[in-house]
Amino acid sequence: MEVARHWRETPERYRMEAGKCSKCGKIAFPGRMICPECGSTEFTKHTLSGKGKIVTYTIIRTAPDGFEDLVPYAVGIIELDDGIKILAQITDCNPEELKTGDRVVAKFRRINEDGKTGMIYYAYKFVPDVGI
Amino acid sequence: MVGIVGYGTQIPRYRIKIEEIAKVWGADAASFKRGLNLNEKSVPCPDEDCATLAVNAARNAMSRAGINPQEIGALYVGSESHPYAVKPTGATVSEALGACPYVHTADFEFACKAGTEAMFVALNLVKSGAVKYAVGIGSDTSQGSPGDALEYSASAGAAAYVMGAENLVAELIDTHCFMTDTPDFWRREHANYPEHGGRFTGEPSYMKHVTGAVNAILEKTKMKPEDFDYMIFHQPNGKFPVQMALKLGFKEPQFRYGLLTPTLGNTYSGSSPLGLAATLDEAKPNQLILLVSYGSGAGSDAFIFKTTERLLKVRDMAPRVRKQLDEHKMYLEYGQYAKFRHKIVKPE
Ligand SMILES: [Zn+2]
Repeated sequence: MEVARHWRETPERYRMEAGKCSKCGKIAFPGRMICPECGSTEFTKHTLSGKGKIVTYTIIRTAPDGFEDLVPYAVGIIELDDGIKILAQITDCNPEELKTGDRVVAKFRRINEDGKTGMIYYAYKFVPDVGI
Repeated sequence: MVGIVGYGTQIPRYRIKIEEIAKVWGADAASFKRGLNLNEKSVPCPDEDCATLAVNAARNAMSRAGINPQEIGALYVGSESHPYAVKPTGATVSEALGACPYVHTADFEFACKAGTEAMFVALNLVKSGAVKYAVGIGSDTSQGSPGDALEYSASAGAAAYVMGAENLVAELIDTHCFMTDTPDFWRREHANYPEHGGRFTGEPSYMKHVTGAVNAILEKTKMKPEDFDYMIFHQPNGKFPVQMALKLGFKEPQFRYGLLTPTLGNTYSGSSPLGLAATLDEAKPNQLILLVSYGSGAGSDAFIFKTTERLLKVRDMAPRVRKQLDEHKMYLEYGQYAKFRHKIVKPE
């Protein structure tokens, strides 16, 4: 089940592909069938910039199954330069040093895995935008 | 005319110092640092692996190449740490770049030379006219057995090269390889750590094959060591490539930018390709670069590149190697490192 869902969401997870309403220009991520702004059903593919800033975040110290070894880690709402907000993990940092407003950039990372023999799930996470 | 259209790298942010490893095993850090010219090494974050480093390096290469990913006709990833035994890393990388579905993909393995194999095949496929662009990537998150000498050097990093026939940043002058069946190093299926054939390390492996490849390509192109502005040899540690270079008639300024191991460690398939990227970061147009890899088992691939004017235009479209290597480092203690690298056994 999880394998099929992950595969279906490959364009969002691997390439951050969103839908842009052909009528009003609203960007929907993940893509939608009907525009929440104007009700149009016509979208064009829009690849998100992957750059933005932290609007708010929390530090996870008691993690769900599969994430225990990563604690403490940060999960935040990122406002992308494209104007949309998304929820994602913030990695490659000391979470205690993060601040709202910090610039971040998307990187391709491992999200989790189905044990030692199952699928490995990849997608975007954000890291501090320090130019590396 | 074929060559490199874009190049890009990714080095993890985490590092561990040689002293930190040595103190756990009761070893003498000073002798490792002096004897092998190693000071610290990169360590992948738990959410990084061969595939993620390859994707992030390839995205940087695409920024410099400035091409449509749908025009990539082939993509090869060389590694000894592919995340799956069966399921190609290249498919994940191609999908992440937006190169699917008209792209030929394969994963290469040849110890530390798998990255230059991918580059070798990519370059020659473009040369044959079979594809417009081909991507060759070397990416590894290698492991040395705890306490073994390899634990002090085995590190993580990736370099990716987009090869094409126009808008080159470096033109390929020639390639040559040198390969024999040599039992210096191996890892059996299902084994967590590699083993090395003690006496085969050094002289009959690294030295013989690097020398063989260098002599062959120099003879083929009628060139001499002093004709090159820069050279990069595979770097299992900071000592072998320097010894080898001096012995073959090269001098310090020639490997000044390409020698990364003292603070990076051995990134295996990423090693010499990262050294080439660091050299491209600093080279001027119309300079000659010699690249020679080495992979245990054993073989070396040699390449001669000549930089072009376009190199200066694209250089700052992605992070430079020295920036990834020298800035924003995060140091680990051995316990955190052991956890990051899954060296601590937990119940299933
Ligand atoms: Zn709309």
